[in-house]
Amino acid sequence: MISFASEYALEHAPALIIVVPLLLAVVAALCPARMGYMLALVASAISALLACLQMQVMAGLPTDYRVSYHLGGWTPPWGIEFAVDSTAALVVLVIAVMGFIATISSKQLFLREVDGSNYNRVYGAWLLAFAGLLGLVMTADAFNLFVFFEISSLASVTLVAMGSGVDKRALVAAFNYLLIGAIGAIFYVIGAGFCYAMTGTLNMLDLGVRLPQVASQVPVYIGFGFMVTGVMVKAAVFPMHFWLAPSYGYAPMAVTVLLASVATKAALYVLIRIFMTIFGGIDVLPQLILQWALIPLALMAMLLGTILAIYERDVKVMLAQSSVAQIGYIVLGFGVGTLAGLQAGFIHIVNHAMIKGGMFIGLGGLVLAMAGQTRPSPTRIDRLAGLGWRMPITASAFLICGLSLIGVPLTAGFISKFYLVSAVISAGYWQIAALVLLSSALSVIYLWRLVEVMWFAPPEKNKGARLPESPLIYLPLWALALANLWFGIDAGLVVDLSYRAAAALMGAG
Amino acid sequence: MTLAIILGLGTPLAVALLTPCLRAYPILRDALGVLGGLVSFGAALHIACAVIDGATPEWLVLSIAGGLDLRFAITPLGAIFGLVASGLWVVAAVYSAGYMRAANESHQTRFAAFYALAIHAALGIAWSGNLLVLFIFYEILTFSTYPLVIHKQSREAMRAGRLYLGLLVGTSLLLLLPAVVWVWLVAGTLDFTPGGILAGRIDPALTPWLLALFAFGIGKAALMPLHRWLPAAMVAPTPVSALLHAVAVVKAGVFTMLMVVVYIFGYDFLAGAADWLIWLACFTILAASIIAIQQDDLKARLAYSTVSQLSYIVLGAALASELAVKGAALHIVMHATAKITLFFCAGALYVSAKAQKVSELDGLGYRMPLVFGAFFLGALSIIGVPPMGGSWSKFLLMSGGAERGMMLVLVVLGVSSLLNVWYLLEPVWRGFFFAPKDDKEITQYPLVVAPLVVTALLSLGLFFTPWIFADLVELVVMR
Repeated sequence: MISFASEYALEHAPALIIVVPLLLAVVAALCPARMGYMLALVASAISALLACLQMQVMAGLPTDYRVSYHLGGWTPPWGIEFAVDSTAALVVLVIAVMGFIATISSKQLFLREVDGSNYNRVYGAWLLAFAGLLGLVMTADAFNLFVFFEISSLASVTLVAMGSGVDKRALVAAFNYLLIGAIGAIFYVIGAGFCYAMTGTLNMLDLGVRLPQVASQVPVYIGFGFMVTGVMVKAAVFPMHFWLAPSYGYAPMAVTVLLASVATKAALYVLIRIFMTIFGGIDVLPQLILQWALIPLALMAMLLGTILAIYERDVKVMLAQSSVAQIGYIVLGFGVGTLAGLQAGFIHIVNHAMIKGGMFIGLGGLVLAMAGQTRPSPTRIDRLAGLGWRMPITASAFLICGLSLIGVPLTAGFISKFYLVSAVISAGYWQIAALVLLSSALSVIYLWRLVEVMWFAPPEKNKGARLPESPLIYLPLWALALANLWFGIDAGLVVDLSYRAAAALMGAG
Repeated sequence: MTLAIILGLGTPLAVALLTPCLRAYPILRDALGVLGGLVSFGAALHIACAVIDGATPEWLVLSIAGGLDLRFAITPLGAIFGLVASGLWVVAAVYSAGYMRAANESHQTRFAAFYALAIHAALGIAWSGNLLVLFIFYEILTFSTYPLVIHKQSREAMRAGRLYLGLLVGTSLLLLLPAVVWVWLVAGTLDFTPGGILAGRIDPALTPWLLALFAFGIGKAALMPLHRWLPAAMVAPTPVSALLHAVAVVKAGVFTMLMVVVYIFGYDFLAGAADWLIWLACFTILAASIIAIQQDDLKARLAYSTVSQLSYIVLGAALASELAVKGAALHIVMHATAKITLFFCAGALYVSAKAQKVSELDGLGYRMPLVFGAFFLGALSIIGVPPMGGSWSKFLLMSGGAERGMMLVLVVLGVSSLLNVWYLLEPVWRGFFFAPKDDKEITQYPLVVAPLVVTALLSLGLFFTPWIFADLVELVVMR
């Protein structure tokens, strides 16, 4: 019976991973407020579990194996297809597991920031965003991707706007986010339209086969440009990153955790999918764009994000700026375009999710304890003075994630950096490797300012009793901190899975 | 053998973790440090004896990923550094217990914990089996010494801490890490192998560039112009300056340099490609000595003297001849015992007479004869006068210069000795031959004075019998 159930679940995993949170989102919105958290927890747990099972199965199969799931039984290229290959399985796993962890911590984090009577609607939007992001990764249909694009964007906008309970500027940030997200989505769908007009298909694999046949025609390139630009907005790739800092900064902390750890990851995945699968058959242009457009943009993102973070005094915004830089690392890995480069990109997708997720949860925990005492802006850096001693459990895990962010050896961040630098050097761009290292050395500056303030502030600011720490925050936080250490010491799993993800993409392209 | 490695590495770590639990029992806490030092030293000695017998003790902890291992393997050079770091820890633990009490410093528990952690990192560097493990512990050493540098948490200390972290982390990330990755991409391995792994695998035209990445990336070797962190770090309490900024941290730097030359490049392969480094090291030796002369602050003077002496070892590595490498390896030992003595003395003068400046030492010699006697012996050893241990390493380094036919190197070493006489004997001179300025109350603390007598005698004894270091140094250059 159990084996039957698990087989059934596995067979339909590609659909169930998305459908469960999508359905429970509706249920949550209709239920009494206090049930919202429970439902979100259940839905994200099921998705995470299924993603793990799916990964386990995929890991035992050849790299180029691809599970195809036909929604409603309509066969592609006519029906909508969900597809899971090694690449998608990895990104889905990251999103589902990080989504689950973010959900666990969300209850405490929402406590001060969102009115309790709204919890059902909040968690409804939460699950919609979660399902939308999973759908982005799983779908093999270019138009269906647009649908998930919109689902996740609108839900995220709603969540960001929830920050207005604390700071009204959240509404402006949410409105900007809405406009930017809509522009991105429209660009994408225009691009998809061009491709459809040229080939008569919307299935990604099918597009990958047919586009090269019409590759000489201008509309293909226009379509390509629109699609890539649209997705780059969503992924916050420089110079379309400007929406990210305000919307992360003013969103409720729990929402920042969710968005920072998974939202951009899904968009980055779509970006590389467009390059490698949809336009992978066309040799010249996408490769040129990868090298001559993405790499410079990634470098700008790395340096600019880091420098902005150095000058930022609000810790939450500072971490958001650092995300811009970290997205730069991932895009750089993709831009190098070799197997090793893609692998490095995927390694950092995994590691950065653990790092930033942990840091935002930790920051949330610290701010939560201080919130009553330090209105209006509890995330100003000097508010954290002495918290290292007053909240040791949360602060120490926060520090571990921080050390991982700057890539201290024995943390996951170091593995990312090592693989990225060796990929960049072995592709012959040693000057770029120097810039990567420069940016990561600069990131020590802003991280260390936190350490100085939290642990080594002048004694007069250091006074104060221990503050209460919530297990709902420090348990998921410590899980991430330990994962950062574990995958920094025994990195085999992440490295292997990322290698498979990269190999699957290269094989398809 | 694996057990000895685990014991040697694990003890300082255990001490670091247990220290906070003993916060309420300062005596136990400090005894724990001494005990930990003894256990580590015992393990290091056991390992060194095995190395002399021709074994290579190994401990493969785990595979990180794709051919990168977390692996310890003890080379003769590593055995030397391991002995020095753990052996001097025992003495320094006694000293710091006495000093911290006498100086009435705050945060003594935090201090003791990070002190032990730093030794753990130093031993990790000493016993690392490949360049990656070395790099990992190199970074841990930087971060674990940061709380010690900013111990006073004053504005000046925080600024020094930023410089310390900025220079050491900056250079290691920007230059050392790419160098490691470069070696990895070229050679396909990072293991320390006698004779090196790069011969025939790297374009000889690029070799000086790779060497430059290492030489400047290893900021802990304090090669000019990357030496500024070391004088800045003197803001830390004296036990830190003594054990870490005369022994563990800076020696970790030059040790890394030597490891790279001997076991990554292979000194036969490197000879010639490192000539530019010889001249940079010579420049650092002389320039740092000249700066040291102008320092009135005793610890700053000793710090610049360290910068100068570290370049002796870099010089030995850059000369890349058999005798020079032997001299460099031996100088790690000799300079460590002598310089720790000098710093211990500086600390003793501070807690007993509140004297931090050379000009404040007038006439103190007869009132603190043991301290000034020890300072005299330590200074002689650094100058390289028999019968002090330092004379052996200087002799070997000079022979190495002659072996390569570089007479200018001999001249530089000679001039440096003269400069050493000038700035290291001035404090002794003032102590004994100048009239005292006042009659300050002087309290001497046995826990502070005893260790410095021990290390002074040690550096005297090393002249008469270089002990097992002579055998280990031979093994470094044996193929």
